[in-house]
Amino acid sequence: MYVAVKGGEKAIANAHRWLDEERRGDRSVAALSIKQITEQMALAVSRVMAEGSLYDPELAGLALKQSRGDLIEAIFLIRAYRTTLPRFGTSSPIDTSAMQCKRRISATFKDIPGGQILGPTFDYTHRLLDFKLMADGEVPEAEQDEPSQSSMPHILELLNKDDLIQKECDDDNTANDLTREPLTLPVNRATRLQALARGDEGFLLGLGYSTQRGFARNHAFVGELRIGFVTVEMDIPELGFSIDLGMIEITECETVNQFQGSKSEPAQFTRGYGLVLGQQERKGIAMALVDRALRWQELGEDYLGAPAQDEEFVLSHCDNIQATGFIEHIKLPHYVDFQSELELVRQLRRDAALSKEASEKAAD
Amino acid sequence: MTSINPNSMTDDYNFAYLDEQTKRMIRRGLLKAIAIPGYQVPFASREMPMPYGWGTGGVQVTSACLTPDDTIKVIDQGADDTTNAVSIRQFFEKTALVNTTTDTEAASLIQTRHRIPEHDLSEGQILVYQVPIPEPLRFLEPRERETRKMHALSEYGLMHVKLYEDIAHHGHIATSYAYPVKVEERYVMDPSPIPKFDNPKMANCPALQLFGAGREQRLYAIPPYCNVVSLDFEDYPFTRLKADTICALCAANDSYLDEVIIDDSGTRMYVCSDTHYCEDRQSKGHTGTANSLDDPDNVDRPISNKGGDNAASV
Repeated sequence: MYVAVKGGEKAIANAHRWLDEERRGDRSVAALSIKQITEQMALAVSRVMAEGSLYDPELAGLALKQSRGDLIEAIFLIRAYRTTLPRFGTSSPIDTSAMQCKRRISATFKDIPGGQILGPTFDYTHRLLDFKLMADGEVPEAEQDEPSQSSMPHILELLNKDDLIQKECDDDNTANDLTREPLTLPVNRATRLQALARGDEGFLLGLGYSTQRGFARNHAFVGELRIGFVTVEMDIPELGFSIDLGMIEITECETVNQFQGSKSEPAQFTRGYGLVLGQQERKGIAMALVDRALRWQELGEDYLGAPAQDEEFVLSHCDNIQATGFIEHIKLPHYVDFQSELELVRQLRRDAALSKEASEKAAD
Repeated sequence: MTSINPNSMTDDYNFAYLDEQTKRMIRRGLLKAIAIPGYQVPFASREMPMPYGWGTGGVQVTSACLTPDDTIKVIDQGADDTTNAVSIRQFFEKTALVNTTTDTEAASLIQTRHRIPEHDLSEGQILVYQVPIPEPLRFLEPRERETRKMHALSEYGLMHVKLYEDIAHHGHIATSYAYPVKVEERYVMDPSPIPKFDNPKMANCPALQLFGAGREQRLYAIPPYCNVVSLDFEDYPFTRLKADTICALCAANDSYLDEVIIDDSGTRMYVCSDTHYCEDRQSKGHTGTANSLDDPDNVDRPISNKGGDNAASV
């Protein structure tokens, strides 16, 4: 006698217990602490904060631990938590020129006011596995200096003085909160940048790369890349002044792009902009390239049909939580639809066999 | 049914998970959707604690409609015990403490993926569909800006050309699920990926039908007793499609059947996709070939023996 498969509830409960067991791994090995993750896996924490769009290293560390190191799963956990938080206000725009930089470089000028700071970068490390780390080798502590007091103006503002670079004007547009309003196209640039800042690093990396290889080519120089801490302030109407909420680490990238000039604009450099929570250099640069490609209309350029120029294509597909959900949902049961396709294919094949038979008879 | 204190909420979350402001926003969207049957209303879909594509739209609609007195039923592929149906039902058991049931007639709200129950629905019931791609024109025109314009102008020629081309290529309209319908002679609507067998159940239905697409941020609705027509041509009228046999468990000849492979040589049996309908019939004494005797000969023969002649229009 056939009995329909039952026991979904039990299977789910058991699967979750199995998952917990695998997450813990060998119990003779010490469990990871959240502190260890936030201190020693800081770049993974940065990515989870950036794409989860919630600045909280401790929660990001917890999400990474819970997700067994699966970054997108960790981002998902943060997003699902974030959506339940109340919105009690909007901060003032952060002032990135007042950033306490731990890294600041320009590819366009050899020396810059405030100086170039390489900072803690993988650049120029030889990618050789360091077996000392495997043997628990402790790194000698680095000497420390007082933070630099010199001001670090945005480099591209220096070009601005001679009109050599397109001016960024405040168009009074504020970004819609994409987590509170549906995306309706076309969108303003502020909303576009918000979507990109939350967007998947890999997706933006590929799109940015495509612009370098000729799909809407727009050769870019990194005008300035800076990483460091900025203060977040908020106006409190009851108080009549703004208060500091704390500091966040961000990565900001401004690119300088070639521009030949158009019918409406004299030749001038143009810009792309990237801003990401945490230390996310690769994402910041890629975001700036994609931002620049998306600005074709505003700058009077031709639409070349390149993916990176297509606002609807980029914004509809850059969110990895949406993408992963829909990609993975095809593993859910679809047997009802599959059954109806089966019946249809059988019907079509039967019809084809009949008409073949008929034509053979006619030929006889 | 036990009575539930309307103020009872779990400690960590609001009743039915979403906060009241979000539920109001969704209800406003639903009211608009009901006022314009078949029209897709954008809404600020929230990031839910389950993945996009797994019913987040349906879950948000259910959450916005649920009251503590409701009794809900959740089905996926017609069955109450498929894993994702179990998961969503548990979600509302946990966050809303509402009564749940597998009985179609006892449920005040039914959330479904891919099926409409076989039992007729009644006035006062709400059927909530989970929708992956709400735009029926999406696979003909990928751009949202274009498709919204096409709906605004009732420009549905492209869809008819597609259906015509199907007939020219295959001799049939080659769409067997998510078969497009026209609602109240105005909007072409995607019925979600239900088999086209279920399409006629949407028309003149006494229950309220609500559709939620979370990832795509759209709501739409069919109010009770609406005119819903599956697109077709005069000379190629719409036909339902199901396996041309009866259920091996309850002998129903009017229900949509799942095909189950039961051994290594590909022997098939056909059983109702709607598990409650099937169990209900069995409890009323209907038996099929598979559970009347413990005899393998009672099972349908493999397809190959039948020359594939088991698909038919109903």
